[in-house]
Amino acid sequence: MALINAIVSKALGKPVSPGDIVVVDIDAVYAQDGTAPLVIDVVEKELGLKKKIAIDKAYFFIDHSSPAPHVAAATVHKEMRRFAKEYGVKLFDVGYGISHQVVVEEGLVRPGMIAVGADSHTPTIGAIGVYATGVGSTDAAIAMMFGKLWLKIPETVKVILYGSLPVGVMSKDIALYLVGEVKTDGMLGKAAEFRGSTLKELSIDSRMTLTNMCTEMSAESAIIPVDDVARRWLVERGYEIFRNINWNDEEGYVDEIPVEVSKLEPLVAAPPDVDNVKSVDEVSNNEVDQVFIGSCTNGRLEDIEVAARILHNKRVKEGVRCIVAPASRRIYVEVLNRGYIDILIEAGCVIAPPTCGPCVGAHMGLLAAGEIAVATTNRNFPGRMGHRESKVYLASPAVAAASAIEGRVADPRKYLS
Amino acid sequence: MIIRGKCWKLGDNISTDHIISGKYKFEAINDINKMAVHVLEEVIPDFYKLVSRGDVIVGGRNFGKGSSREQAPRLLKLVGIGAVVAKSFAHIFYRNAVNIGLPVVVAKTIPDISETGDVIEINIASGVIRNVSRGVEERVSPYPREILEVLVNGGITEYIKRYGGLPWSRSIG
Ligand code: SF4
Repeated sequence: MALINAIVSKALGKPVSPGDIVVVDIDAVYAQDGTAPLVIDVVEKELGLKKKIAIDKAYFFIDHSSPAPHVAAATVHKEMRRFAKEYGVKLFDVGYGISHQVVVEEGLVRPGMIAVGADSHTPTIGAIGVYATGVGSTDAAIAMMFGKLWLKIPETVKVILYGSLPVGVMSKDIALYLVGEVKTDGMLGKAAEFRGSTLKELSIDSRMTLTNMCTEMSAESAIIPVDDVARRWLVERGYEIFRNINWNDEEGYVDEIPVEVSKLEPLVAAPPDVDNVKSVDEVSNNEVDQVFIGSCTNGRLEDIEVAARILHNKRVKEGVRCIVAPASRRIYVEVLNRGYIDILIEAGCVIAPPTCGPCVGAHMGLLAAGEIAVATTNRNFPGRMGHRESKVYLASPAVAAASAIEGRVADPRKYLS
Repeated sequence: MIIRGKCWKLGDNISTDHIISGKYKFEAINDINKMAVHVLEEVIPDFYKLVSRGDVIVGGRNFGKGSSREQAPRLLKLVGIGAVVAKSFAHIFYRNAVNIGLPVVVAKTIPDISETGDVIEINIASGVIRNVSRGVEERVSPYPREILEVLVNGGITEYIKRYGGLPWSRSIG
């Protein structure tokens, strides 16, 4: 059976199959400042529940509009703080970072867990072998208060990655290639499980980009089995596997998608949708007004590292804004200590605090009508980063950094050889 | 539980943003009713005025894609939509709709043959959808008992208030 089935089977103590509806204990549940207000309403107004009853694995994140860009957000944040205290939800306030990043690096989710988040990119955390899925506010409220949810076991597609990534090609390019192939509804009702020899070379940072982008193929979940890379990552941080899955099963998958990654080149998803995937060459005539390096897709250490390598002793082109936002405080400290922030500031970048901000058009770098951005985020729908007539090209941090230098969508390979 | 109403035919890939634009989200904090006037406004102008209680949305593939915004199914229910029939649903939208008591039905034929204005009748318990205007009937797989109980009771919070616990206390899990 596929890994997700194996996790649920182990949790329930009996085998489950795709399509089964089961009720499971939730090992971690979180919501963010976009979805938490409705969680609060469901608990207090709709259910009329009393204080201090949240399970001890319930978390709130202030990450979408953080710090508050307007009074409405400030009011939401204030409510979240009050509720968190009264009900016993652990709050990650302004500055901690983006939920999916923080739950992984703080060890709040660990391999073998079943976790839900009131955010569509929750499958990101499957990169460390968690069965994770996005839910709405009512689900999150019920999981926080009762510790249980119903889940329908998805079918799993095995995505097999072969070969080594060429220089200047990142896991974001694998993800964009996949979305271009299967299209935005290609994994509807399914989960993706990543396998194959390439994984040996992919860090947890890179893996989280892959699982993150599965949401853009409408996957319900995405997962990567724990291997030596993941075990080393866990040991370095002193985290333990939550639920050991002794399983090596090649049966029980609905489909297989092989990807020869050594043949990939730097890609972008051109507007207006994430499956409109093109090579950098095809769109290199497009002049760029803004570059954004950050988000739960690509705001991690190795993303900022590659940007710093490319921008070292270079300048962001006159007339281009290049915004860099580390995805969490821990990442911020790390890139600061390694000198990357210095390099980026010298190059003309502006450093934002850990926030979703620009990714979702909330604050810290919105686009005006007609403006074009290259962003390392995961969505490029009309209006996503600002005005409805602005355009977003999704790309790897390497492509983004090269584009900042050249002021047009640019190939990073010449800066990395 | 029988739902009968006028069909509103929509296409493939209707997103939560189509249903309610993200830019209105902060208004919801005070009053979800205020947002109701914006429901589907970019797909059907003045939809909230034109819709009648019990009407049925018939969509195509991947209905409700996009963000985890639960305001989307809540607002459809608030303006009177009785059910949504579609070829497929985005996973989070589907869960949200069930949880708030808006029946969502996956169908193969009905979305192809229905047009706006047709009369649609759905028997949620038995899993039969009829386009009354065109005399076409389709059987779909009925809901598991627990999900049906959530829908019949108007959503999971209503269920919990009425019975003091989750519908799966005597669970299938
Ligand atoms: S960074 Fe963007 S995609 Fe990720 S959680 Fe924040 S808003 Fe969502």
